[in-house]
Amino acid sequence: MTQTDFPTTASPDGGAHSGHHGERKFRDYFTFNPDHKVIGLQYLVTSFVFYILGGVLATAIRTELATPASDFVSPDTYNGLLTLHGTIMIFLWIVPAGAGLANYLIPLMIGAKDMAFPKLNALAFWMIPPGGLMLIASFFLETPKAGWTSYPPLSLVSGQVGEGIWIMSILVLGTSSILGAINFVVTILKMRIPTMPMNKMPLFCWAMLATAALILVGTPVLAGALILLAFDLFAGTAFFNPSGGGNPVVYQHMFWFYSHPAVYIMVLPLFGTISEVLPVHARKPIFGYQAIAYSSLAISFLGLIVWAHHMFTSGTPAWLRMFFMIATMVIAVPTGIKIFGWLATVWGGKISLNSAMLFGLGFIAVFVIGGISGVMLASVPFDIHVHDTYFVVAHMHYVLFGGSVFGIYAGIYHWYPKMTGRMMNEPLGRIHFVLTFIGMNLTFLPMHELGLLGMNRRVAMYDPRFADLNVLCTAGSYLLAISTLPFLFNAIWSVFKGKPAGDNPWRALTMEWQTTSPPAIENFEGVPVLKTGPYDYGLERNGSQPGLASSDTPALSGGSPT
Amino acid sequence: MNIPTSIATMLAGILITLLSLWYGQNHGLMPIAASDEATLVDGLFNTMMTVGFGLFLLVEGTILIAVIKFRRKPDDETDGPHIEGNIPLEIVWTAIPAVIVLMISVYSFDVYGQMGGFDPEAAEGMPGVTQVAMLGGDEMSAPLIDPSQAHPKPHHHMMAVGVGASPDRAGQPPDLTVDVMGLQYAWIFSYPESGIVSGELHVPQGKDVRLNIKAQDVLHAFWLPEFRLKQDAIPGEDTEIRFTPRRVGDYPIVCAELCGAYHGSMVSRIFVHSEEEYDAWLGQQVAMQSASPDTLAQRLDEQILALTTPLSDEEFLAPYAHEVGLTAASLESLKGATPVLNELLSS
Repeated sequence: MTQTDFPTTASPDGGAHSGHHGERKFRDYFTFNPDHKVIGLQYLVTSFVFYILGGVLATAIRTELATPASDFVSPDTYNGLLTLHGTIMIFLWIVPAGAGLANYLIPLMIGAKDMAFPKLNALAFWMIPPGGLMLIASFFLETPKAGWTSYPPLSLVSGQVGEGIWIMSILVLGTSSILGAINFVVTILKMRIPTMPMNKMPLFCWAMLATAALILVGTPVLAGALILLAFDLFAGTAFFNPSGGGNPVVYQHMFWFYSHPAVYIMVLPLFGTISEVLPVHARKPIFGYQAIAYSSLAISFLGLIVWAHHMFTSGTPAWLRMFFMIATMVIAVPTGIKIFGWLATVWGGKISLNSAMLFGLGFIAVFVIGGISGVMLASVPFDIHVHDTYFVVAHMHYVLFGGSVFGIYAGIYHWYPKMTGRMMNEPLGRIHFVLTFIGMNLTFLPMHELGLLGMNRRVAMYDPRFADLNVLCTAGSYLLAISTLPFLFNAIWSVFKGKPAGDNPWRALTMEWQTTSPPAIENFEGVPVLKTGPYDYGLERNGSQPGLASSDTPALSGGSPT
Repeated sequence: MNIPTSIATMLAGILITLLSLWYGQNHGLMPIAASDEATLVDGLFNTMMTVGFGLFLLVEGTILIAVIKFRRKPDDETDGPHIEGNIPLEIVWTAIPAVIVLMISVYSFDVYGQMGGFDPEAAEGMPGVTQVAMLGGDEMSAPLIDPSQAHPKPHHHMMAVGVGASPDRAGQPPDLTVDVMGLQYAWIFSYPESGIVSGELHVPQGKDVRLNIKAQDVLHAFWLPEFRLKQDAIPGEDTEIRFTPRRVGDYPIVCAELCGAYHGSMVSRIFVHSEEEYDAWLGQQVAMQSASPDTLAQRLDEQILALTTPLSDEEFLAPYAHEVGLTAASLESLKGATPVLNELLSS
């Protein structure tokens, strides 16, 4: 007997299946609603809208770079494009999309009715549209032009209005992120059902705990840096302005103290997502639960002490370059633990190669390239050559597109049935994956070579000897732009016309699948009882003792097969 | 595990190793190596490519084989085996990456040292250098700096920022010092010994060259791709690069830090001459610039103004025209860029 025969209801008294659960109205999604599921979807949809905007900017950037001359937009506009592209993709797409998944899933995964602070949660979401609209509005006033890093002195002389809008917008979005993180930590630590110890939480919760810690430690430092920058910009102080005796390198330290951890803020939630997607569709327990859980915490900690590797060619002395080189290299170890753990999870399983799994495996396939180039970049002598070149652009897009975006797609295909009660269309999903995978590699793989050969980043015009490779990148970016269309159509069409999903179409074991799809307003009726570990696939279960599975210690890695 | 499987695994391992060893040496991704430093960095990069390519093949191969071999049959509703982990295996894949990154760290450390990264004298003794106060003397740098080389003044220590003299040249003055000034959107090179100012960098082959790098307005980064050297130019803080050009020729100089709209056109050339050629160039420049000493200052201003005026597209592309088959007419047809004069100079 396998787990498929195992009752899907989470509690003996019928769980949430009593049929009179509340229904959400469409207009609820446009209101200040404290329900974490509404907020989760608000985050996901809003951030996807910004993703499309950021993608339009990326396509414009690649169109400009299709030829060596600056002939599509003016060089000034070009810098506005790249600044807004970076800022939107980071602060309005990947970070809030991760927060959206977390909002939707954490309470469901731990058996809670809602987040710890529902109204704070709604407030955190509702700071995003004004923050984002402000940035978009800068198109009609003056765009910020100093790159998403906004290094002074350039950021102090490239236009007060645009820079001011940029600072204000990041402060609002950062505050939103902090409020969300407080909610995640408290909810995960305090709202779990009594039968769920930390070591039986789904790994997504571990990943969000690590993410929230980074947000809480890092974001206030960024806010501090930006406020000081605003003083330099508007009040004529000279914290970072060398013409008044300030030090621009101090800004870089403060900026990267947040913005390097931000990379992990963007990718850790998706690490968690992958740890959820793979076991379900490979029908096999996650390999090394504790190693994967604790490696999230290790990445979180190490992520805080590597920021200066963004400054190896800046005003950094040798000892500092060496310390940050070694600290950065060490991050490869916990990341490697995850990747090998995931590979061992799918190895020997029974893999369904559906859209969620394709993006899940695609995530590993592409992310590993970004990981390898990341270790190379950590090496000071090599980084001196490729810093601020297209090699870095390639690396960061392999991590953030190949990592985060693939992870977000995997998560959406995986949880869409839970969120909407309907399945997404599989053939369209596969077309989406194939186009995205080819487009992504076509766009970003040649950039490695461009950087090594001598093409610097953030340029509107470049040496014509790089023209051929750039045409390839631009073609790839158009393919990427097209690849979103089948997804967009699929996601909208399936809400209305998708095949009804049922409560647990993937036969998954984590608790969000043990309630209705979409879940009732308060998720579960009564307090659900944990009956299996989150990844107990392949365990023989005794029908007369449904609660037995959880009395083993499925969380311990290294346990022998039962 | 039966014997054929272990043989297959072993063969796969050998194949991956051979492929990575070959690719690590034959990737052809780096430009010409024109300095001693470049050769060192390329050796490091080749090693990392070997290890990285091996890991890449291992991971992608595992995914591909898993997807082919472990697919669920359409009517199979059962689960895979219940395997929750394997402690020895997990220790192996924790330890191996740890050892790899440790080795790469040690190798990088060594290369950085040979390039001159630990030269404690770097950035010292130069006028205008920013003095950085360090609490309690040398604790911060103590682990890496040889006490005998430590600066005598306990409360002010000049940090070595950039790449200094290689260890065999440590403590010796360079053969040639050039001051490099980055400003929107040009590099200005001045030769303090001969008083020459130029928009291009000319250096003699095989000599120990030190560049003192400054910035006038915003951050720039001085990058010599063929020399694998880069250092930010920071307003208010001097930095340096010290290197030995080996290969005669001319190579690009690139600004690698976003410095404004025309950042992409902030390019110049470095010319590595044989010693005779270099002396000839030097003599010619000295003669030119001393011809009318009273107008020298004015000529300098004009020269700098001309250099910092952003190049129009046709000017920017002209040097490359023959490489890409552009005709003079097609260059003309490109839309010209609006010249934006540098604020600092025009005021």
